[in-house]
Amino acid sequence: MAPSITYVAAAITCLKLLLIPSYRSTDFEVHRNWLAITHSLPIKKWYYEDTSIWTLDYPPLFAWFEFGLSQIAQFFDPQMLVIRKDPYASLATIYFQRLSVIFSDFLLIYAAHELCTKVLRHHGRTNEANIFYNRNFIMTIMLISNFGLLIVDHIHFQYNGFLFGLLLLSVVRICQGKNLQGAFWFAVLLNFKHIFLYISPAYFVYLLRCYCFKSTFDTKISWRSFSFRRFISLGLVVLSVFAISFGPFIYLKQIPQILSRLFPFKRGLCHAYWAPNFWAIYNVIDKAAVIIGLRTGLLDAHMIGGSTMTGGLVQEFRHTVLPSVKPHITLLLTIISILPILMKIWSNPQGIQSFLQGIILCAFGSFLFGWHVHEKAVLMILIPFSLLVLESKRDAGLFLIMSTVGNYSLFPLLFTQKETPIKICAMLLYTLYLFMALSRFHGVRSKFYQLPLLSIPESLYLMGLVPVEFFNSLLSPMLGLDVRLPFLSLMLTSVYCSLGLIYSWFKFYYHILLDNSAVKKDKQKKH
Amino acid sequence: MRYTVFIADLLIYIPALCLYIYISNKCENSKILLTSLSILLYPGLMLIDHGHFHLGLALWGILALFSDHDILGSVAFTLSLCYKQMELYHAWPFFCYLLGKCYHNKKNRLLKLINIALSVIATFAVCFSPFLQRKEDILQVFHRLFPFARGLYEDKVANIWCSLSVLIKLKEIFSLQSLLLLCLVCTVFSLLPSGLNLIRNPTFLKFKLALANSSLVFFLLSFQVHEKSILLAALPVCLLLPDYPFVSFWFLMISTFSMFPLFVKDDLVLHYFSTLLLFYVVVGITFNLTPNQPSKNQFLPWIYPLLPYMLVLSLAGCLLLNVASLVVIPPPDKPDLFSVLIAIYSCIHFVLFLTYFNYVQFTVNSHTGKSSSEKSSQQTSPKKSIQIPANNNRKIKKQ
Repeated sequence: MAPSITYVAAAITCLKLLLIPSYRSTDFEVHRNWLAITHSLPIKKWYYEDTSIWTLDYPPLFAWFEFGLSQIAQFFDPQMLVIRKDPYASLATIYFQRLSVIFSDFLLIYAAHELCTKVLRHHGRTNEANIFYNRNFIMTIMLISNFGLLIVDHIHFQYNGFLFGLLLLSVVRICQGKNLQGAFWFAVLLNFKHIFLYISPAYFVYLLRCYCFKSTFDTKISWRSFSFRRFISLGLVVLSVFAISFGPFIYLKQIPQILSRLFPFKRGLCHAYWAPNFWAIYNVIDKAAVIIGLRTGLLDAHMIGGSTMTGGLVQEFRHTVLPSVKPHITLLLTIISILPILMKIWSNPQGIQSFLQGIILCAFGSFLFGWHVHEKAVLMILIPFSLLVLESKRDAGLFLIMSTVGNYSLFPLLFTQKETPIKICAMLLYTLYLFMALSRFHGVRSKFYQLPLLSIPESLYLMGLVPVEFFNSLLSPMLGLDVRLPFLSLMLTSVYCSLGLIYSWFKFYYHILLDNSAVKKDKQKKH
Repeated sequence: MRYTVFIADLLIYIPALCLYIYISNKCENSKILLTSLSILLYPGLMLIDHGHFHLGLALWGILALFSDHDILGSVAFTLSLCYKQMELYHAWPFFCYLLGKCYHNKKNRLLKLINIALSVIATFAVCFSPFLQRKEDILQVFHRLFPFARGLYEDKVANIWCSLSVLIKLKEIFSLQSLLLLCLVCTVFSLLPSGLNLIRNPTFLKFKLALANSSLVFFLLSFQVHEKSILLAALPVCLLLPDYPFVSFWFLMISTFSMFPLFVKDDLVLHYFSTLLLFYVVVGITFNLTPNQPSKNQFLPWIYPLLPYMLVLSLAGCLLLNVASLVVIPPPDKPDLFSVLIAIYSCIHFVLFLTYFNYVQFTVNSHTGKSSSEKSSQQTSPKKSIQIPANNNRKIKKQ
């Protein structure tokens, strides 16, 4: 027998425990501050408190979650529950917060367990004992010992683990056909962290099409099969979750204040470190145009303000040559990018597979074109994608590119010396395992000049990450570039990664839409 | 500093280990991977992060002996001996094994012996050549290497002398010289049986057992022992892990436990618990953690069904002592109470392990010569494992 999920979970929990003393970002203080706010203030002040700059900007269920944690936190160190302007981190605080992440991750482990036992089909493969062939084992590794989650949650510090656990649970329930439960868990998730709104179109269209209409997954929708009972029960489930979460604040008439906290459009197009998306390339083209313009004398130096350099600030940033981008344009682009897949789900749903593709493409679209995207949002693409890779060889290849690039793009999150060997070793281990396991699982033999499951240009592109990292961690400090042009290595990373991600987005989309037309042609031939 | 250790490990210790596992276990890749992983994850070595270097060299020696490159093996081992004198713990089995092999070599046995002896002497000569010019230098080197003046033991070590000191204060009764003699006599007498057995019947499995025996004897009975020296015994036991998973696992847990006071001093308590649990998980995945099946003519057959419970009890005892030493404040007149308790507790275990390993070495029914590797693979318990009983599982996990 290959090791069961319990063993993997125990091993990965040990690893997380070992990471407790490592570097933590300001997010640690953010969550510490939220503990203090929810513990020491009445509900009506939660969304008004601004002693510290890290104000509460997650939806109410997360605030309640922090409130629950704070009830335990007071036994660790009451000092951490005092609202203050300056960061506070005693040893007990560190242990408490780290442990709370580790414990909340058990939800993810439970969801992965549900997935492995209830959804994954077992094929009578001969070498189930081998850790490179066992479906459950590969899936478990991809989900609960995900490299990205590990460094974002357990080094950088955030609570993504259990949020993805909720997402996974909701997907599992929908896969099982328990659509109402799935919708319930997703509504709960939305009230924990509103970033998941990005994938809600996929949920909405899928549930409307495949649950509210009783017709089977046929190409033609039969309007008569619409079930009001199902529609209303679905609506009730979702609305009641929102009512419980936002109810008190509706009563207190604080909704506009909460919304302004949840959606801070004052922030810029890109985060301090550009997420590897479309706008990273847009920015670089703008920069390049400026430099070329200055060299050739087409642009005047005084026409360009000094503030256009890509400093590390979260404020707005003006483009010089290319037109500046406004929030509504990003929104429009995002919507355009997800429309085809939504239309495909509506017109030709192919069961769970379409649903998962919908989630992935919604996350992808918002990641590539969204306003102020964090690099961590790449996990929202990678984790649902891992559910597809065992089904199709093509998706597995794409996933390998995306996972490697996406995980690599998280590297700048951890910039301290001490964590460098950890992140490199963990990344190598995780990526190598994925390559070995997926290629063996799909029965692909590797050749020495190209990576398994990938074409030669794709392999070359991934291999290119090695010199990029070499430049970032060795060459750039040696040449003193990290002082003179601190943004250069970040820019290089995000542009290089964004190329790979945009490429995989195109390829994935292309295949899905092509499949769609192929199926249609098949049907036409039959008629 | 840390990087030098890491790189030395990466270059010497890890390749030796992986190569050894690779050539000694002829089974599928994933099994090899897991076996190497479980040995690499042995917490004792991971947490005490210096001194892998000599272990790595010694491992290369063992590896060479396994693949019958006797001269290379002896050179590698001599190098490790020159790197750290503590490798003397392993010297006796190396000597006996090579002697036995030469003796059983039908053709030109003398020539082989001379070859090996010459290579050893040459290696020593090269290593010590900078100091061989003057007589005082040599004496000074030896004086530094073997600081007898430091006394019978320093901290609370889990060996016999330290444990006996609770009952009899040997330090006060005897002079330094007579203590030295006492240690020497005890050590030599306890080394003899396993060594002679090895000379008579030099198989590789017996060699590994003899390595464990001799290093344990040194640890328990010799003069001026440090807690970390248990790692020298742990290395051969790590190699025995595929052959005797149950006992080796037990030993490795206890050996890590015996260094607990060191970890407390270095603020590694969290790491101690999590790496132990990690080690348990990986070993549990890889091996079948039930005692080896008793054969018919085995000594004390009734004890075998009880062994899993004894393991749980003993580990529970460890956990209890660990927690107690962290939580309970010892009485002011006995500040080292828990260190001493931990030392005695592990010492009792080590004595039992020594007896057991000796017993196994004598009873392993082995054919002479080359078949040792096949023998060892037969000794390995069935690969398709039955998990250890549920309550057993749970209790260890609390660690």
